Amino acid sequence: LHRGILELRQGPSALGLCVSGCRSLSSLAELPEMHQMMRQTCRDYADRELGPIAGKLDKEHLFPAQQVRELGAMGVMAVEVPEALGGAGMDYLAYSLAVEEISRGCGSTGCVVSVNNSLYIGPILKFGTQKQKEQWITPFTTGEKVGCFALSEPGNGSDAGAASTLARQEGEEWVLNGTKAWITNSWDASATVIFATTDKSLKHKGISAFLVPMPHPGLSLGKKEDKLGIRATSTANLILEDCRIPLGNMLGSRGSGFKIAMQTLDSGRIGIASQALGIAQAALDCAADYAHKRTAFGAPIGKLQAVQFKLADMAVAVESARLLTWKAAMLKDAKKPFTKEAAMAKLAASEAATFCGHQSIQVLGGMGYVTDMPAERHYRDARITEIYEGTSEIQRLVIAGQLLKEYAS
Amino acid sequence: YIVTIRVKPDHSGVVTDGVKHSMNPFCEIAVEEAVKLKEKKFIKEVVAVSCGPTQVTETIRTALAMGCDRGIHVEVSGKDYEAMGPLQIAKIFAALAKKEEASLVILGKQAIDDDCNQTGQMTAALLDWPQGTFASEVTIDGEKVKVVREIDGGLETIKISMPAVLTADLRLNTPRYATLPNIMKAKKKKIANMKPADLGVDMVSRVEVLRVDEPPTRLAGVKVETVDDLVAKLKANGTI
Repeated sequence: LHRGILELRQGPSALGLCVSGCRSLSSLAELPEMHQMMRQTCRDYADRELGPIAGKLDKEHLFPAQQVRELGAMGVMAVEVPEALGGAGMDYLAYSLAVEEISRGCGSTGCVVSVNNSLYIGPILKFGTQKQKEQWITPFTTGEKVGCFALSEPGNGSDAGAASTLARQEGEEWVLNGTKAWITNSWDASATVIFATTDKSLKHKGISAFLVPMPHPGLSLGKKEDKLGIRATSTANLILEDCRIPLGNMLGSRGSGFKIAMQTLDSGRIGIASQALGIAQAALDCAADYAHKRTAFGAPIGKLQAVQFKLADMAVAVESARLLTWKAAMLKDAKKPFTKEAAMAKLAASEAATFCGHQSIQVLGGMGYVTDMPAERHYRDARITEIYEGTSEIQRLVIAGQLLKEYAS
Repeated sequence: YIVTIRVKPDHSGVVTDGVKHSMNPFCEIAVEEAVKLKEKKFIKEVVAVSCGPTQVTETIRTALAMGCDRGIHVEVSGKDYEAMGPLQIAKIFAALAKKEEASLVILGKQAIDDDCNQTGQMTAALLDWPQGTFASEVTIDGEKVKVVREIDGGLETIKISMPAVLTADLRLNTPRYATLPNIMKAKKKKIANMKPADLGVDMVSRVEVLRVDEPPTRLAGVKVETVDDLVAKLKANGTI
């Protein structure tokens, strides 16, 4: 009946007081008070409302519509959006904390939050006109509607510059034709930011971004993919057959689509890194709790060095990825370049998630392999974080590219 | 996580250092009720009060993020804080209720660390105000408050005049999650700072804790074959 009020402090990420508003790197050790409060409210929500149903959502492939509405009411579906447009008006560090805590409760729900915030609202906030923002962002802040981001195609994922989806102008309309693949939220979305080639001869400089409502004539959805993890989210193809939209639905200027996509993914990486952190932390929590309770060889298995080493390695992986993620978010908030740091964060966090998912099952042994414990779900949810929004291989290319630029004489 | 409570080595109390504290669940319900009454326009202003060391300002800010208008932090620390009990807090609340000219003082029915269930009642007595404790429903009707109370025998409905003291029970409401915009707004709300002496309250405790011990370890049970055996065993160890 009664919720326990006394909670163990959890190391450097524990809630403690700090001068509010400090944005320097010293605040990596302790977050400002507002961010701590925000983190706590998301954690409370995840523990009470998401944790208990995450297994069911996964097993039955159920989109968490009610939870998304509740998160919308809390401001979590539009963290960075200014209050005037219906958002929470907070910064990217706050957004990262929110996604991590939500993902810790349910990896799928964290994904929905991240896609809506970073991939759908993100580019419209940055490149949209005031009218586009009011039309395409405000209704998507409440949790009543979510958006999606359509860049990948069956023929190109990492090779984003080769968009074969075409857009031609006919009078006062754009006509879109082509197929997009692997689109998260597709079956639950009410709009999409979609990328199509307007000038084939210009190669990647001939790609433009468009806003398309869903459902819409000429736009149909492929079958829902049957995925390994994040099964409460829908993933499917978007098929465009003479899909007509008004000229005013172009986002940004003609030919700037690739730039919009790349910048959107830069920020989106911080969101996915945060999602991966949440999943990694959940896996670590599960393993550490089990290590206290399970006895073997006459004592809790947490007494065995083999188990201790695993837990230590997991904790280091999560905490270092977390600091990279916070740093990337803080650089973005300070309007400093953050491409390299965001890629580093996404790479580190996603590899930490798969590592922790794997080791968590190992600590649980046979119990880790069955659905009675959440370890197997964390293992499956973690895997996608190394793939979407830029594979780990692409992240390494981005990091190396930035790094070599720094050393060029 | 739920933490394992440990008794201090000197048996003077339980270890609270390094243990994260947050708002008492019944106090959350009290805050929620106050904010709801304000939203329904029955009350004009909600002031969140907490007594304790610096860390309680975090809890006051959570109350502000739930919708309270301003906060008061009554600073009590060190030995005074360790010895602080319901009577001292009730004196502080009574003094503040008079100072702020409050119409209602709403508290949680009890704190889940000590389960005293005394502060609300003592506050009402010190103020000589009517009290509606263990409230599972509160309705304001002009200058009166109708309170449905959860009591051992069931539900009791009383009507009391304001100003009054109410204490919140579990089923009064479901506290809201602090929304992100409200957390932002809470940053700008004021928390006033004062000491018990400023209110003319003496913090000397009339209660002295002699010793705190863990409950005795539960012993293994004994299985018996028949009811007669059970009765015989219960008689033998003096239970009946």
